[in-house]
Amino acid sequence: MRHLLVLGGGTAGTMVVNKLRRRLSRSDWRITVVDRDDLHVYQPGLLFVPFGEYQVAQIVKPRRRFLPDGVEFVPGEIDRIDADAGEVLLAGGRRLGYDYLVIATGTAPRPDQTPGMLGGQWRASVFDFYTLDGARALAEALARFDGGRLVVHLVDMPIKCPVAPLEFAFLAEARFRRLGMRDRVELSYVTPLDGAFTKPAASALLGSMLDERKITVEPDFVTERVDAERKVLVSYDEREVPFDLLVTVPLNMGADYIARSGLGDELNYVPADKHTLLSRAHANIFAIGDAADLPASKAGSSAHFQAEVFAGNFLQHAAGQPMTGAYDGHANCFLESGDGKGLLLDFNYDTEPLPGSYPVPALGPFSLLRESARNHWGKLAFRWMYWHVMLPGRPIPLLPARMSMAGKHQPRED
Amino acid sequence: MPVTTIGATQVHVDSEGFLTDYDEWSEDLARQLAANIGIELTDAHLRVLRFLREDYKEQGETPTLRRVSTVAGIPVRELFTLFPGKPAKKMAYIAGLPKPVGCV
Repeated sequence: MRHLLVLGGGTAGTMVVNKLRRRLSRSDWRITVVDRDDLHVYQPGLLFVPFGEYQVAQIVKPRRRFLPDGVEFVPGEIDRIDADAGEVLLAGGRRLGYDYLVIATGTAPRPDQTPGMLGGQWRASVFDFYTLDGARALAEALARFDGGRLVVHLVDMPIKCPVAPLEFAFLAEARFRRLGMRDRVELSYVTPLDGAFTKPAASALLGSMLDERKITVEPDFVTERVDAERKVLVSYDEREVPFDLLVTVPLNMGADYIARSGLGDELNYVPADKHTLLSRAHANIFAIGDAADLPASKAGSSAHFQAEVFAGNFLQHAAGQPMTGAYDGHANCFLESGDGKGLLLDFNYDTEPLPGSYPVPALGPFSLLRESARNHWGKLAFRWMYWHVMLPGRPIPLLPARMSMAGKHQPRED
Repeated sequence: MPVTTIGATQVHVDSEGFLTDYDEWSEDLARQLAANIGIELTDAHLRVLRFLREDYKEQGETPTLRRVSTVAGIPVRELFTLFPGKPAKKMAYIAGLPKPVGCV
C-alpha cells in the first residue's frame, strides 16, 4: 500500500485529492490530507466582505465536505518535513510517513515582516483584507470612515490574487461616489512596481483607469516601515505617504514549517519545476499552487490549471514513467472595476493579458481586458462554480488547462 | 522587438529599452547601459548585477529587492545608494533583464 500525503486542504490540495482519488486504486493507495483547521475559505470572496456585499458565512465551509470518500483528513499543525526519512512531523509528536508528498499550504500575509505594521494602528487604521478577521474588521472601519486619506498599499511582490488590491481601490472609489462622499476622500495606490499596470497591452488599454477615477498612483515605493504614531508609510528612499485609513497587502510568505524543514526559498516557497511542479530537491515531493516558487500568478486559477496537469503527471511519475504534461503558467481572473462591471484577464508564462473575447473567439461571452457588466456577473457566478465544479475536480467546459491564443489579439500600435 | 545600438553592439530591446535576449548581455554592454542612466559601474554594482543574472537564469524571474538583500546579502539601503531612486528597475535595465512586473 502506497501513501500519498497532501499538506494543505485549500484550493490546490482539495482539487488534487479529488482528481487523484478517482484515478488511484483504493487497494494500492492511501491518501491523507493535513490542515490546521476545518475551515475552507473561498478566498476570492474576501474582497467583497469589506464592502458588506458578502458575509463571512457565505464564503466559509468545512474542508471535509469537499474531500472525497477514501481520503483521511488529519487536523494538525505541521512542525516539519523530514524529507530524508519520508516523514511529516505534526506538533504534538505525531508522525506521518509518506511515499509521495504534495505541498499545498499556500501563502499568507505577514504583517510582522514590516516594522511598525503591527504597531498601535493595526486593525485600528491599518487593515489587511486577505484574512477573515482582517476583511471583517475592515468592513467595520469602512462603515465608520467619513472621509480623509485612504491608501491602498502593496509591500512587495509576489502576492496572491495580484489584482485584488487594484480591485479594492476601484470598488472603494465606486462606493464613495455612490455614498456622495467621493469629494471627501483622497485615494491613492502605493506599489513597489513602476505602475498599477505593468504589462504593455494592459498599460496601453487600462492605464487611464486610475486617472479617470482620480486615484493617485505612488509607484516604485519600497516600504521600509509603517510609522504608526504619525500614520505614515515610509520608504527606503525616505518618501512618506500619510494615511487616515491604510488598506495594506502585507508581504506574502509560504508557511514557516517549510523554512524549518530546509525546503524553502527566502519567502518559504518550495523550489519546483515550473512545468511539472516536482521539487527540485526531492523526487517524491511536489509543490502546487501558491506554495511553489513558480514564476506564475499566485491564484486559485493557476492552481486549478496546475492540478489538471499534475493529476496526469502524477500517475506517470508514480509508475516510473516520464511526465508528459507541462503546466504553461496559465491563469485567468476577473478584475472588478466598480459600478457592477469587471474585466477578464487570461495569460500564461509567455503571453501577457491581451484583449479579445473568451472563451469562444468573437462570441465570448466574456470580454478580455475590457470592462463589461457580463464580466462582473461572471465573477459573482464563479463562487458557485468554485464549490460545485472546481473543488470537486470536475472538468470545466471550455476551460482547458493550456492557454489558447484563439480570440486574442495584439492591440494596434498607434 | 526593436533593435538598437548600444556602444558598438546591436541588441534587441523592448519598448522601454530593456534587453529582451538574455545572451546579448555582457559586462561591457552593462557599462554602456549604466552610463545611459548616469551610473558609473563599480565592483559593488557588478556584484549585484552578477547575482541578478545568475538568479534570473535559475528562477526565470528578475529577483525582487528583498530577494537580493536576503539571498545575496546586500541590504536594500545599499541598493538604493548604488542605483538611486528606482533600484529595482535600474538594476534590471543594466543587468539586461526584464523589469519587475505584476500579472497585468
